[in-house]
Amino acid sequence: MKKRRWEERIALGFMLITAAIILVSLFWILGTILVRGVSALNWSMIFQTPKGGYYLGKEGGILNAILGSLFLAGGATLIALVVALPVAFYLNVFLRNGSRLAGFARFSLDVMSGIPSIVFGAVGFILMTLLGLRTSLLAGMLTVALLILPIMIRAMDEVFRLVPREILEASFALGANRYETSMRVMIRQCFPGIVTAVLLALGRGIGDAASVLFTAGFTDHLPDSLFRPAATLPLAILFQVESPLPQVQKRAYAAALILTLIILIISLVSRWISSRFSRHIIR
Amino acid sequence: MASRWMKGMTLAVSGLSLLMIAALLWRSLPILYDHSPLELLFTTAWKPSEGRFGFWSYIIGTGWVTGVAVLLSVPLCLLTSIYLSEYAHRRVRRLIAPLIDLLAGIPSVVYGLWGILVIVPMVEHRLAPLFGKTSSGYSVLAAGMVLAVMIVPLLIHISLEVFQTIPREMREASLALGATRWETVKFVVLKKSLPGLMAAVVLGISRAFGETMVVLMVAGNVAIRPGSVFDPAYPLPALIANNYGEMLSVPKYDAALMFASLALLLVIVLFNVVTRVVMMRVAARDAR
Repeated sequence: MKKRRWEERIALGFMLITAAIILVSLFWILGTILVRGVSALNWSMIFQTPKGGYYLGKEGGILNAILGSLFLAGGATLIALVVALPVAFYLNVFLRNGSRLAGFARFSLDVMSGIPSIVFGAVGFILMTLLGLRTSLLAGMLTVALLILPIMIRAMDEVFRLVPREILEASFALGANRYETSMRVMIRQCFPGIVTAVLLALGRGIGDAASVLFTAGFTDHLPDSLFRPAATLPLAILFQVESPLPQVQKRAYAAALILTLIILIISLVSRWISSRFSRHIIR
Repeated sequence: MASRWMKGMTLAVSGLSLLMIAALLWRSLPILYDHSPLELLFTTAWKPSEGRFGFWSYIIGTGWVTGVAVLLSVPLCLLTSIYLSEYAHRRVRRLIAPLIDLLAGIPSVVYGLWGILVIVPMVEHRLAPLFGKTSSGYSVLAAGMVLAVMIVPLLIHISLEVFQTIPREMREASLALGATRWETVKFVVLKKSLPGLMAAVVLGISRAFGETMVVLMVAGNVAIRPGSVFDPAYPLPALIANNYGEMLSVPKYDAALMFASLALLLVIVLFNVVTRVVMMRVAARDAR
């Protein structure tokens, strides 16, 4: 009897320890980036582009990478949205429950979202050469769009699936066809979910490095054309941390802090929107 | 009319993985004419300028790093998921779930930076001397530790989903028979969810297997067969990422790297297909 009780306690003890290890790791990561980043961060980091000798520790900032990342991920998200929304509608409004096509599509999207970003980088490189592009903002956008597409569709799909069947039936009964039902009923009913899915994809797009390595290139200039290379924050971090100079390495920490803050803001906004705009939903 | 368009898009999107495989296969054909896939995968000579591409030491590097990551992460995540699912109060769960989501949102390059700043010095100054080894810190162990933290959200998420499929009545039956909570976990919950948990582990393996930035920054990138976890390694994704600049200047180099990407993709697609099928079976079994 006693042995059983001790076993129970020891098991619970181990569980609490492992949960603590995971939480400590999370705060350790955030704390490290915050502490190292804040001491290296200043206004010129955010509002200037790299000047001559920047990578030797001279003046300048990473505005090129901040804007580059925002443009690249923003464009990629728009491209992905144009494909994701119709597909998610098709899966949930047009197809019957238990349709084979829907099952197959969900399955292959799940598989696709497991593909590592370096492979998307390689495929994006092939796509880029096929389209006759060089490393450019556009090539980066297309690659990242491909990367975030399965994530966005499945996130929307999960929300659309929760819509009560009766709402669709009511819309059909009033004479609306499936297209009208998608655009008028589903969009309104699922607005917070759609926004959350889009922001989730945006966050993934901004943070990804391996896919843009081949395709977007890097430049010290602000992104000014779709057909020229664009800098991105993850690559700015990677290149600066590889520098032997401590003052350049410090800037990698500041860049990491900026990237992490952007991602935290996106996830907070998404939480806020999903709680603020859920009042139009019929339950 | 609109519906035909949408059907086309849905079919196209569903076929994207196959299209990616086809594109990579097409681009790796030039190297496959000269060498058999087996020769490329299982030999170690790496001299691109002489046209010799053997990926074996890089594959070994990937294997070591992935193995360490999964060995460290699985026990952590399993116990934490059991705690969250079977023991924790609803309020605790609601507090911890967003934090795990937060962990999932951190970009891989930030994980890599944390690895350089925290884990690498820890391996160099603390862990390696503890075992009487010398290490630069940039090692299999460092990369494995960072990857272990990185796959935590995925593993916990799937484990919790698997535990949720087990009917409440089963747990209650076990408790009513006088079993303690831990005995219920051991003999009912874990036993029932074994296939689902295996699927979670395989998904974790495939995530760690393909992760690039962390291994690029932390594993040391020396193409040797690691003798211990304190030695550096050069995983396959890091090889691809490091050489994109040179690949167009050496003949067949780009085809070799495309083949490496293809190999990575095929392994991961295989793992994913197997686990998704297992998970669907599990869901179907419990629905009955």
